[in-house]
Amino acid sequence: MARKMECIAMLLAGGQGSRLGVLTKNIAKPAVPYGGKYRIIDFPLSNCVNSGISTVGILTQYQPLELNDYIGNGQAWDLDRENGGVHMLSPYQQIKGMEWYKGTANAIYQNINFIDRYNPDYVAVLSGDHIYKMDYNKMLDYHKRNNAACTIAMLEVPWEEASRFGLMVLNDDNSIAKFEEKPKNPSSNKASMGVYIFTWSKLRQYLIDDENNPDSSNDFGHDVIPAMHEAGERMFAYLFDGYWKDVGTIDSLWEANLDLLNPKVDLDLSDSSWKIYSRTPIAPPQYVSASADLQNSMVAEGSQVYGEVDYSILFQNVTVSKNAKVRYSIVMPGAYIGEGADVEYAIIAENAVIGKGARVGLRPEDASNREAWGIAVVGADVEIPAGAAVSPKEMIGKEDK
Amino acid sequence: MTGKNIVGIIFSNAYDECIPELTGLRTMGSVPFACRYRLIDFPLSNMVNAGIEKVGVITKANYQSLMDHVGTGKPWDLSRKTGGLFLLPPFSTADASSNGDKIEALKGIKDFISRSQEEYILLSDSNSIFNIDIEKLTDFHTENGADITIAYKRGILPKLGDAVTFEFSEGGRISSAAVSPVAENEVNYSLNLILMKKSLLERLMNEAVSLNYHDFESDIIQRNVSKLNMFGYEVKGYAETIDSIQSYFKANMELLDTENCSQLFNPERPVYTKIKDDIPATYGLVSSVKNCLIANGCIIEGEVENSIIFRGVRIGKGAVVKNSIIMQESFVAAGTTLNNAIVDKNAVITPNKFLSGAENYPIYVGKGIVI
Repeated sequence: MARKMECIAMLLAGGQGSRLGVLTKNIAKPAVPYGGKYRIIDFPLSNCVNSGISTVGILTQYQPLELNDYIGNGQAWDLDRENGGVHMLSPYQQIKGMEWYKGTANAIYQNINFIDRYNPDYVAVLSGDHIYKMDYNKMLDYHKRNNAACTIAMLEVPWEEASRFGLMVLNDDNSIAKFEEKPKNPSSNKASMGVYIFTWSKLRQYLIDDENNPDSSNDFGHDVIPAMHEAGERMFAYLFDGYWKDVGTIDSLWEANLDLLNPKVDLDLSDSSWKIYSRTPIAPPQYVSASADLQNSMVAEGSQVYGEVDYSILFQNVTVSKNAKVRYSIVMPGAYIGEGADVEYAIIAENAVIGKGARVGLRPEDASNREAWGIAVVGADVEIPAGAAVSPKEMIGKEDK
Repeated sequence: MTGKNIVGIIFSNAYDECIPELTGLRTMGSVPFACRYRLIDFPLSNMVNAGIEKVGVITKANYQSLMDHVGTGKPWDLSRKTGGLFLLPPFSTADASSNGDKIEALKGIKDFISRSQEEYILLSDSNSIFNIDIEKLTDFHTENGADITIAYKRGILPKLGDAVTFEFSEGGRISSAAVSPVAENEVNYSLNLILMKKSLLERLMNEAVSLNYHDFESDIIQRNVSKLNMFGYEVKGYAETIDSIQSYFKANMELLDTENCSQLFNPERPVYTKIKDDIPATYGLVSSVKNCLIANGCIIEGEVENSIIFRGVRIGKGAVVKNSIIMQESFVAAGTTLNNAIVDKNAVITPNKFLSGAENYPIYVGKGIVI
């Protein structure tokens, strides 16, 4: 029996993130690179460690290979512990048979035994696909003060985006009056951040009931939370007003990256009191040559810049050759931008090669059809031949072998 | 011979006195180098990349920063149940105040050596910087049936008190060794990376103790040139030995030549170092950076040229930094100009200052100094 933990975290990392297209062809969404050296999952994981939550179960299902490899024994996040630490939890075979995780609630249900080992008072359920820095410990204090069964972190989103989210209507004491899960006509702009704290004894029972309900889709947002609400459990919203971004689409992933270059955006990754940890590959310092013209960008180690880079994020070991231009773009680890290539408003995934003089993406003002314009995406390991062009909004993935 | 059969020993304090500025508060092994490394990273990584799984690091003084840097040896995969990294501080015996020669240092770790199961010992200093395939050196040793193999470089002799030069007979055997000779021209000088059987080292050490020998170079190497089968293994390409603040400056600056840089940072044999979890380097709106090596965590808003910038350095708007080395977490404020400078860690150069050293003699700003 493991030692008792007051609060453990369950991180939902099994999602495919299908709206990210070729970027999640071979990796789960939480493993998508972000911010020059991170992966999305570094944010909830670092938040856990910084909040003093040292037992984290990571629920994986879709393409877990890269994620398993990346997390390893958790050492990069100080989560290689004798007691607790990080655990990869994939669906497994049982006497009664083998089941995939049917939904977010079912994923936790299937791991009740794992949670019970730590006999926690509280369980934080976190989604693994958002960029934010948050002290879960403060939220836990709030949860305890309210003697709540469930506390949901919440922030205000722009009204025009509200219908993408699970929304909440609140009473005066911030207890939850009503839920709307991705409604067509929202009556609130207070959105769930996908961060929940539950009193484990309560959640445990609701998960079992949910599993026994044949009509349930076994999802937290759709089933478990509404069921708790209907039963009159004490449910509160925890107001968060920092930076938070759902990076579920190409546009939002691109934006969230470039937010790092905007001094007005409240996301400071260099704050040493709340470090974001990541698995750092071994790479020499970055080299900026005499021919480079590099401004307003972030560049990671091992990169070599010979061309022009403006308003872009270059991950580790990226090469930007002479006379190449990279603007308003995200270039992921190991990608190579050939001589004279022009990359604008684009995401270039890991180890992609952009041939000499090729063009990827366009500025919106240069596009012939503004309506059809979007961020161009070149998938991992894709080679764009010399002189070729990738149109705005086009998405090119590697052919299956 | 595989790496598993070799125990590595690194002298972290050797030649500290050559760069008193940088070693005032640290060992030679923990002198910062090339944006994100400490000198000990190079011999350590060379050893690890050759499969060596046990390394002893001999320390004498000022080794707090070294301990902080190497920790448990995790970044080098040397945090092991079997073998791994051993920090070997001096025993506080009566003769602990020795002159710091290698014989004394090796005497101090006699037990570490005798308890090691490995058949071979590889000795290394920390002030020579190169990236070589040590397996090739060990193959060379075996093929020649050598008793001792010493890595050497052909070039101008470093100004070290006990630099050793070699001459070779046909077949590459060392025919004579000179200790700190006067030499203007190119010579074959030792890089102090020395391979021999553990049993031989133990024998030579016992001899040295009984005959009251004190000097490793003249009493162990030079004296035995004719008695033992000694071979020189040539290291070509980038291999710099630091003998002064000027050569330290030059060894850094030479990495701005991409050929040198790619030799030292050969992706086949990565150079490992302590991980810092810095964010990527950020370049501001009006920054201008030309021919520089830059580490993560920097915020560059000014103009930087021909320089080596370490982790977490901030260079303010309108600042101009040329031909300089700026170490970890230092801050060059707006409007300040630096030329031919070495700025140690955590220093602050306040706005609108002008500091310039000579091309062959950089100005040095100490750790934590505020100007």
